[in-house]
Amino acid sequence: MKISDLRVGVARVATAAIALLLAAHCTAQTALSFDAMTERLEACIACHGKEGRTINAEYLPRIAGKPAGYLYNQLVNFRDGRRNNAVMSHLLQPLSDAYLREIAQYFSALDLPYPPPQAPKVSADALRLGETLVLRGDASRKLPACSRCHGTPMTGVTPAIPGLLGLPSAYLSAQLGAWRAGQRRAHAPDCMGEMAKSLTPDDINAVASWLAAQPVPSISKPIASLPAPLPIRCGGVPQ
Amino acid sequence: MKLKWGIPIALSACVLAALFIGALLVKEVMGDSTSYIPRKIDATSEQIARGAYLAQIGNCSGCHTMPGGEPYAGGKGVSTPFGTIYAGNLTPDPATGIGSWGANDFYRALHEGRSRDGRLLYPAFPYPNISLTTREDSDAIYAFLMNRVAPVKRESTAHTLRFPFNNQLALAAWRLLYFTPTAYQPDATQSVSWNRGAYLVQGLAHCGACHSTRNALGAPIAGHAYDGAMMPLNDWYAPSLTARNEASVADWEIAQISAWLKHGISERGTALGPMAEVVYQSTQHLRDDDAQAMATYLKALAPSATPLTTNAAASRKADAQSEKLYVDHCSKCHGDKGEGKPGAFPALAGNRAVTMANTTNLIRVVLAGGFAPATTGNPQPHGMPPYYHLLSDAEIAKLLTFVRSSWGNNAAAVTDLDMVKYRNALRTP
Repeated sequence: MKISDLRVGVARVATAAIALLLAAHCTAQTALSFDAMTERLEACIACHGKEGRTINAEYLPRIAGKPAGYLYNQLVNFRDGRRNNAVMSHLLQPLSDAYLREIAQYFSALDLPYPPPQAPKVSADALRLGETLVLRGDASRKLPACSRCHGTPMTGVTPAIPGLLGLPSAYLSAQLGAWRAGQRRAHAPDCMGEMAKSLTPDDINAVASWLAAQPVPSISKPIASLPAPLPIRCGGVPQ
Repeated sequence: MKLKWGIPIALSACVLAALFIGALLVKEVMGDSTSYIPRKIDATSEQIARGAYLAQIGNCSGCHTMPGGEPYAGGKGVSTPFGTIYAGNLTPDPATGIGSWGANDFYRALHEGRSRDGRLLYPAFPYPNISLTTREDSDAIYAFLMNRVAPVKRESTAHTLRFPFNNQLALAAWRLLYFTPTAYQPDATQSVSWNRGAYLVQGLAHCGACHSTRNALGAPIAGHAYDGAMMPLNDWYAPSLTARNEASVADWEIAQISAWLKHGISERGTALGPMAEVVYQSTQHLRDDDAQAMATYLKALAPSATPLTTNAAASRKADAQSEKLYVDHCSKCHGDKGEGKPGAFPALAGNRAVTMANTTNLIRVVLAGGFAPATTGNPQPHGMPPYYHLLSDAEIAKLLTFVRSSWGNNAAAVTDLDMVKYRNALRTP
């Protein structure tokens, strides 16, 4: 091989590399700084709290630190009508998948302290039922434990399964109730919908109360993977 | 003697008139099956691409695709004062879509508002506008739908119209009164670009479907094109495109108008509410020449005679509490003097969306917030937060009165009463 051939080869590789870089630059949106995103997302922060911590409203969940894939799925579901909330749906209508992904990443990357657990307002029996369903499930009713999917520490699993701790019990029971009634949906197969339809209103109250009464562990991040495959197929969750 | 014959003659005249009108209605319902000669279309890839583009500019999927649903499979409801009309399935499924339609059937639907089986279509499908679409453009859209859209088996949802609007005879009467299939007639005194813009704005883009006043029967009124209208059940106001104190673009640069259509934002304003959705779904895809053509036509619309209203706002000067509300909730983004921040937060001083006589959009945007559309030119738009849960009706009324009467703004106060209907319309959770 002659030196000139080598030069041509190097030049070609360099040209191709530059072209690739340019193409990547043109197709991907320029990532914005944290401050620039904060300025853009005032509309989210007004309800979900400064830096994604919830404000003083029971039905507005904390979104900081939740898995990015989970947050992205929820944004898409609100925009596309699988979840119903007039305000969320209105806000998200004119936003692209690419931007929703960035919004999800922004809130997912936040690492902020959690509020202390809520004092339970239900009976000891109800709490025991809640604990059993969350940690062990109910084989007789073919109900897997919540922790089978949401992780043993219950802090969620990347990229798309949310943690269940650090949320108000009113929010948790409203969500389980909405899943049960078909008002909250996910990509098919809708595993949470199936689970919630197997729960009674008493089960829901028990599970929500027990979860809300648990402290968030010091390592509050979602775990990277589950020890065993999911017991049920879930749309929107890579399996 | 006179009286003796007077009544029978009058009766006969009535019967004859009724028969004549009846015949017209029957003719309208039956349609004319011989007016179109079937024409085979050869779908080239160029034609399909053009059809895909035109379908976007017509925002067909805005109604014919359910949010999160399969493209063009229909099913989305359009609320009207007469009931809800559901968009049909435009996928090439032979049984439930348009798979068994020919190009001539498709053109007849666009041009005449008539389904393949001759059934009259409801003008929630904006055929009074889309009638202008040329046969060539219709064929391109048809070629796109037939070749590039996946067939989906989905029966049409039955309309839920109230009597008498659910009756084909009533629809025939409406059409006799208000609709004639029309082809676009170019105006030789205007430029090619103006004519292209007129063809798109009046036709496929159907801007007048929202921006023109309608009468009680939902029909356009002569002389009221683009003069602004309430979107009845959606509770947004589509502002006048001819009034200089609303959304006329007569004094915008062509480049500003086309940038606004393509990006949803320009130095002169930001798209909001349903228009943000139109930009997101449709106008952001405009080719530069078409965006300029629409801009040329919109800029040249004859200004309406609406006087620049000045109100007694000065006499109802907002109090100190109103100013404090502004400082606490708005000034961080919109500035101490309502000056905003270019490209991010709209100025409120001199902003027509703020000072317009109709305060629907202003109140709604404070209650429900909103993002500008995500477009190629503005892929990461800023969002206005909702305040429905943070401010009372009385506080919002005070705040908006302050904004409408400060920094040179001189518009009428917003009252507590104005707030009531929007609170209900918002249907907050």
